[in-house]
Amino acid sequence: MFRRLDASDGAPAPRTVRITVDGAALDCRDGDSVAAALFAAGITACRDTAVSGVKRGPFCMMGVCYDCLVGIDGRANQQACMTKVREGMAVQRQIGAREVPI
Amino acid sequence: MATPTHSIHDVAVIGGGLVGSAIAYGLRDRVQKIAVLDEGDVALRASRGNFGLIWLQSKGYGMGEYSRWTFHSVRQWPRFAAQLQDETGIDVALEQKGGLTPLMGDYETEARLAWMQRLTAQPAVEPYEWKLLDHRQAADLVPGLGKDVTAAIWTPHDGIVNPLKLLRALHTTFHRGGVSYLPHHGVEKIEQIAGVFHLTTPQGTIRAQKIVLAAGLRNQALSEQVNLLLPMAPQRGQIIVLERTRRLLETPMITLRQNDEGSWLVGDSQEDAGYADHVVTLPVLATLADRAVRTLPALKEVRAVRAWSALRVKARDGFPVYEQSATHPGAFVATCHSGVTLAATHALTLAPMIAAGALSAELAPFSTRRFHVQTT
Repeated sequence: MFRRLDASDGAPAPRTVRITVDGAALDCRDGDSVAAALFAAGITACRDTAVSGVKRGPFCMMGVCYDCLVGIDGRANQQACMTKVREGMAVQRQIGAREVPI
Repeated sequence: MATPTHSIHDVAVIGGGLVGSAIAYGLRDRVQKIAVLDEGDVALRASRGNFGLIWLQSKGYGMGEYSRWTFHSVRQWPRFAAQLQDETGIDVALEQKGGLTPLMGDYETEARLAWMQRLTAQPAVEPYEWKLLDHRQAADLVPGLGKDVTAAIWTPHDGIVNPLKLLRALHTTFHRGGVSYLPHHGVEKIEQIAGVFHLTTPQGTIRAQKIVLAAGLRNQALSEQVNLLLPMAPQRGQIIVLERTRRLLETPMITLRQNDEGSWLVGDSQEDAGYADHVVTLPVLATLADRAVRTLPALKEVRAVRAWSALRVKARDGFPVYEQSATHPGAFVATCHSGVTLAATHALTLAPMIAAGALSAELAPFSTRRFHVQTT
């Protein structure tokens, strides 16, 4: 569904960053947001909603719609479109409403 | 089916918020042609900015009858919510499992305890169960309660509803018959000609045999036109909304609640800010957030997603106003801060009185006569 635009002539090849998505390794382009990396890998649904449990994926890609929530390195409900990929990052699908540990 | 606006309505309710909508809902069984006249999107809308408590323990200090009226509504709520669900399929998420006012330190506790004792000692107050809980007792009701909450006032009668679902349920009943909902019909002028009310709006004149002024803070200006003196004093409240989480808080607090769908509301700030409901202010939001985290420290990790201001609809003394105009018979005014708590009794008790043409004696204390300067 999504494909990258061709890199402009002369631009250096971007570095590759390895993250995991629900434990599976995924090589991403350095500088991408988590949401862009998921799209580039064909993963369009990243969470199940808190109320009705239906699938949702990144929508606005600019931090306002909150539809791209994922777990990142153990922190729930992080915005995938506002977070850049980092080497070793562990992304988890957000299943329903997050817990509040007391 | 919408009623043509050129005909004469039996009742025109001015105001499509929770007060006007609950009254219109309650009129349907007794009155044929009802119109609800509402403003447009840009209006002072307490019904879309409120906290959604169904709350008894803080009501009626200085007017015991307000406590009694509130208690009456609290007990009508289960029937009201069940009726709405039957008619519309909308569950307004009513929960009446008791509620708390959290108290931090001896000063707050002693002041609130004395206040509750004086409130409930007023002769017109119908006695109800309430208790001062210590930290341990309160923590039994609120897992994870912060140590700064040293005490709490509890009653089994307090509870919550989802106020947006409530407004939607009421409006859904309008579409299903009996009530014409007319947005962009802010009323500018009220005249009574040969017994019939003529309401001037930007969309033309609406005529009705009876009118109900349920226009929130706009009621001050509208009441003057039927010779009722109703001084309003808007009080701003700011609310912070936290992201949805799994349900944790089963006992709501006056300052902190969790919605049926998991969102958290942090609130109960009180400011005199005129009619400025379009801004939030950092000092107030910071105070609200700090107190919420001291109340439930686990919320420190939960993100705020929205904040807003809304204006409480309050007469100058803070109590409800219900009255029929003496000079314009058939014109009723209904104004109160507690459009959620009192929705059940507005629908099930007040609306039938309006349909019958007279308010009962129990509502006499709520007339505007209390604002008159005594001449003797």
